Amino acid sequence: MTETGIQTSGMQTTVINNAASKGGDNRNSFGKRLVKNYKQHRWIYYMALPVIIYYIVFKYLPMAGLVISFENYRPARGLFHSDWVGFKQFIDFFSSPFAWRIIRNTITINLQSLVFGFPAPIILALLLNEIQAQRYKSTLQTLSYLPHFISLVVVCGILRDFSTSTGLFNNMLAFFGVARSNLLDKVNLFQPLYVGSGVWQGIGWGSIIYLATLSGADPNLYEAAVIDGAGRFKQMVHVTFPTLVPIIVIQLIMQIGSLMSIGFEKVFLLYSPLIYEKADIISTYVYRAGIEDTNFSYGSAIGMFNSVVNLMLLVFANWLARKTTDESLW
Amino acid sequence: MVHKRSFGEICFDTFNYIFLGLIAFICLYPMLYVVFGSFSNPNELAQHTGALLWPKGYSLEGYKAVFHNMNIWIGYGNTLFYVIIGTITKMIMTAIGAYVLSRKDFIMRRFITLMIVFTMYFGGGMIPDFLLVKSVGLYDSRFAIIIPTLIATWNLIIMKTAFNRVPESLEESAKLDGANDLTILFKIVFPVTKATFAVIALYYAVGEWNAWFNSMLYLSDRNKWPLQLFLREILIQNTSIGNAVGTMADSQTTATIFLEDVVRYCSICVATLPILCAYPFAQRYFVKGVMMGSIKE
Repeated sequence: MTETGIQTSGMQTTVINNAASKGGDNRNSFGKRLVKNYKQHRWIYYMALPVIIYYIVFKYLPMAGLVISFENYRPARGLFHSDWVGFKQFIDFFSSPFAWRIIRNTITINLQSLVFGFPAPIILALLLNEIQAQRYKSTLQTLSYLPHFISLVVVCGILRDFSTSTGLFNNMLAFFGVARSNLLDKVNLFQPLYVGSGVWQGIGWGSIIYLATLSGADPNLYEAAVIDGAGRFKQMVHVTFPTLVPIIVIQLIMQIGSLMSIGFEKVFLLYSPLIYEKADIISTYVYRAGIEDTNFSYGSAIGMFNSVVNLMLLVFANWLARKTTDESLW
Repeated sequence: MVHKRSFGEICFDTFNYIFLGLIAFICLYPMLYVVFGSFSNPNELAQHTGALLWPKGYSLEGYKAVFHNMNIWIGYGNTLFYVIIGTITKMIMTAIGAYVLSRKDFIMRRFITLMIVFTMYFGGGMIPDFLLVKSVGLYDSRFAIIIPTLIATWNLIIMKTAFNRVPESLEESAKLDGANDLTILFKIVFPVTKATFAVIALYYAVGEWNAWFNSMLYLSDRNKWPLQLFLREILIQNTSIGNAVGTMADSQTTATIFLEDVVRYCSICVATLPILCAYPFAQRYFVKGVMMGSIKE
């Protein structure tokens, strides 16, 4: 293709664009534009194809598969020939004794993770920011990222080992005269252990983004604050922290948006029937009901309820952020 | 800024240095404990109560048992396969997708972007995903670990953002030479955005290294299991390694029980070592990646 060729075709496209925006036959012209666009950029279309196929097959087909939530799905009969039961699975779930338990646990575990896990990296970043010795600071940072790189299976393995009656935690507790016991068998200790280990694993990694934001803070603001007679604490409150607010808002929206969906793998690796009362969450219940007991429709319905609540939470968090600050995801 | 520190500031700084040092120590210590435990003499370790500040006695029995455990090696081999093949295919697909979405003269762009971003916030969930994998015939195939997770949408968005920053003049000249889009992606765009490629490849590789749940769901053949799934057996389900060492499981002496504690530590070390070796070098890229994810268009 020659240069002039490209230019003229570009001009023609704009002409067609103008025609379309003047209220010509839109559909027809879009079809025409599509064919034209395809002829000009064949390769883009070739490249888009595998990506689109992937998303349709592995993301959109499962969404369509949610139809089984309204059926009594039997693999032998297939998706289209299983009996339609409407909202029976949902009604069954909400009238089961487990519904309240797993919804409650999902919310309390994730809310605690948010309350303790969200501010921790921000506080760490603010404190690290006050360290003037550069080498010490970077050593601290490197060490604090470390837990993030250990795989979840290993972290939960270590946690189990420390929680046994002869493990590290009990050795420390015994020092203070507490009787030895397996901590992960205790119903009331599961959530603190879960949340605490979560903070431990995420605090350093989570602080990266805030520290990086602070390194780009405007030095003029600090100078102005000093001239106004602000000490270091006042600088922290009035200059350092406000610098972080936009990032904090975005992070908070994303965390609230995933409030109902996180935690499956870790709970699954740590819990046991002894502590279902406080540890069983929606997704683990879906796994046991849907995969282990092969109640596909029932499991799918509960999972769907979870996804829908999640989506609503995200939309709500984003709406709230738009109302109160200038930051939002969309 | 040089200024005289007030008494309050000196107190705060002192506290701050000590407090953060303590936090860093807490982040490091569990891993240290495991390393010390792995070199300890099993009997001495069993009698020991308190924190470990150095291996108790010295013995390599645990490591011997781990190295004799075929599962660990099968797992290692499979994990390497999933990491290498998985990362390469995922990078190609993600790059192609990101390239397509970064073309301003592609009129389907907005629609497809919307279609892709939506999947970040809503999906079928565990059961429909599982049934889909079964129905497309991927169940118990190695590709069940790679194909369903070919593109992580978040990574695609990060890459697309990087592609958008490539100066158009670079691409234009290639177009004039008659290069097609695939060539432009690999000959022009890729060299300019190498850092982004490195970061995303790292994300995929680490994710693949740590993944275990899909393997548990989709693989019934133990010969295809990744390392993490065998680790789960050893660490979480406390599967006796007695069989692997060659002793009969029912002739469990206290000695083998003590040994198993040490073996667990050794398994963790053997499985985490590669990550920890790569960690000092890869760390910078991870930090970069976090920053890339925070840039909004």
